[in-house]
Amino acid sequence: MERKTVFEGKLLPCLLVAPQLLVTILFFFWPAGQAVWFAFLRQDAFGIRTSFVGLENFQDLFADPLYLETLRNTLVFAAGVSLIALTVALLLAVMADRQIRGAGLYRILLVWPYAIAPAVAAVLWIFLFHPQIGLLGRALNEAGLPFDYKLNGTQAMLVVILAAAWKQVSYNFIFFLAGLQSIPKSVLEAAAIDGARPAYRFWTVTFPLLSPTTFFLLVVNLVYAFFETFGVIDALTKGGPARATETLIYRAYIDGRVNLDLGMSSAQSVVLMLVVILLTAVQFRFIERRVHY
Amino acid sequence: MQRRSFMAGAAALGLAAPASLRAQARTEIQFWHAMPGVLGEVVAEQVRRFNASQPAVTVVPSFKGGYTDTMTGAIAAWRAGNAPHIVQVFEVGTATMMAAGPAIRPVHELLGENGVALDPKRYLAGVRGYYSDTKGRLISMPFNSSSAIMFLNLDAFAKAGLSTTDLPRTWAQLRQASEKLKAAGATPVPMTTSWPTWVMFEQMAAMHDVPFATLANGFEGLGTELRLTGPLFVKQVEYLLAAQKDGLFRYGGRDNAADGLFVAGEAAISFMSSSLRSRLEKEAKFKWAAVPLPYHDDLTKSPKNGVIGGASLWTLTARNRTPAEYKAVAAYFQFISEAEQDLWWHKSTGYVPITLAGYEKARAEGYYAQNPGADAAIIQLSRAEPTPNSMGFRLGGMVEIRNIIQEELEKALQGQQGATQALESANRRGNVVLRNFEKANKA
Repeated sequence: MERKTVFEGKLLPCLLVAPQLLVTILFFFWPAGQAVWFAFLRQDAFGIRTSFVGLENFQDLFADPLYLETLRNTLVFAAGVSLIALTVALLLAVMADRQIRGAGLYRILLVWPYAIAPAVAAVLWIFLFHPQIGLLGRALNEAGLPFDYKLNGTQAMLVVILAAAWKQVSYNFIFFLAGLQSIPKSVLEAAAIDGARPAYRFWTVTFPLLSPTTFFLLVVNLVYAFFETFGVIDALTKGGPARATETLIYRAYIDGRVNLDLGMSSAQSVVLMLVVILLTAVQFRFIERRVHY
Repeated sequence: MQRRSFMAGAAALGLAAPASLRAQARTEIQFWHAMPGVLGEVVAEQVRRFNASQPAVTVVPSFKGGYTDTMTGAIAAWRAGNAPHIVQVFEVGTATMMAAGPAIRPVHELLGENGVALDPKRYLAGVRGYYSDTKGRLISMPFNSSSAIMFLNLDAFAKAGLSTTDLPRTWAQLRQASEKLKAAGATPVPMTTSWPTWVMFEQMAAMHDVPFATLANGFEGLGTELRLTGPLFVKQVEYLLAAQKDGLFRYGGRDNAADGLFVAGEAAISFMSSSLRSRLEKEAKFKWAAVPLPYHDDLTKSPKNGVIGGASLWTLTARNRTPAEYKAVAAYFQFISEAEQDLWWHKSTGYVPITLAGYEKARAEGYYAQNPGADAAIIQLSRAEPTPNSMGFRLGGMVEIRNIIQEELEKALQGQQGATQALESANRRGNVVLRNFEKANKA
């Protein structure tokens, strides 16, 4: 079924994959291996005094109630970001998929935020939500609703979720739009002839047919929320107030780069690495299944 | 045409050769700093002046991002074997740098080896103490120093019917002033603060001569323990909580996030770095005053010196570093310690002068008469002989400890816990950091 090119001998194929392997080993396996090794060491910032401490870093980590709190924050954050980014993107994609004047322009505008650097996006959100200088923050406070994400943990979480989700909507939008356009028109027409109203058609025909896309995006969004939202959090809240918006990746950064505790930070990286492996495994299983779709 | 360009090329080569030879004869020194924008330009200008002043050394300054990035970058470079000669490290990184034995060359050794005589006494007491060992020998080179002082919006004071000449000096007087400011609606909020830990804990401990940690705030050893549950800190946190409850104080965020509140006229009273002066001169649309930080007059009648903030310069080692390179670093340090250069630095940056001679020169030419309040930080830093409680802080993981205090303070301001509980948590968590640092830095 699949087309396969067979190479003669062993040398040429090895030579052809060598550059890729080299890059992978040099930039992925080596640092990852080093992180795993560092997780079992205690060392000062300069690496002058190093001692092997076994699993002590991991013990300290899981005995720390604040780490478990950070884990809980991360789950709330990831769920919030994925939920908002997916639903908003789906809604927008369905709207943009219809026959409207200037659909192309809408699509371009909707994809735009994806090209904005996280830190810049965060600054835009500061201009909106800052309790004293932000448009919305000021308006809320003047309307008598006390809004101060610099001191209120729940509000801070809400702000970082919104900012992070907004960045991801564009990405989801492209995939949903492509997914919608690949749904055969005949199926929808058949449903329409059978008397199904638009909303009913959407939930019984379109949505199930989109499910592979949705599932793929869910995994991608979770990975995004877990690992790629550092810039947004750093620029908006720095994990505060009182650690309310500190996620696992942010904590690993703080412990390693700011507090210069490499052992602890590496132990956290190993935990995060396991999470990535898990998510990747889920994703691969899913893609395999989609082939049979 | 072709021949002409060839000739031009040859001529360029001919010119270039002696130039590069000349450059080789000069020792090149890499200097990593963390001064952005206008301050970065002042650093570059200082370096240009040094390079032009002598024939042997070329210092190459590079901006490496914020304090944290610059420090971690230099540490990573040292681990890789190609550290810069000089790196600027913020004051809270001092303990980490000092514990890094073979990675650094203490300033007193560097100067001694190269026959440069710089008496430590030439530097301001508060500046010198922070960067010296227990024997009074300089370990790093004082560079940019500031202190936290109080800034008052005089227009708001006038609007509330408060005196604009007899300004508050104690926390109790500030409380009364805040109440009047609130009653008059002079600013949206009467009081805020930048650098919550530096101002409310570190400065207050030094000024009231109360230990922040044992073993002279860590100067005497790695076994130091925090003393955050003491009555001064309870009083200070309770003061803030009560002021917040009565609508007199608003928390403006960590580090210097609250600077903007005062600059924009949102708060009438704030506690900020003295280096904010230049920004206020440019941006503030109201009359303001800069005065020393307030104190509790029921605890002390004569407050001690405050502590500095800012950064110092560290000499880093490397495997292939030559004596000539160390000599060049010493020459640069000598240059920036000259009274003339120091005066120029003080006036162009707004940082305090690092030498007494620089300060005297500024005073002699009437700089403080023309710029009232420009010496508030200097007065605060040098008004008393430093005690073991006011020399400064030598605590490993100080950045982390500062953040822990900020976190627990935030929890208290959110209403999740009282002052005593906040301080107990901060003390416990901070001590864990100190013990980890001790374990990691004991051979």
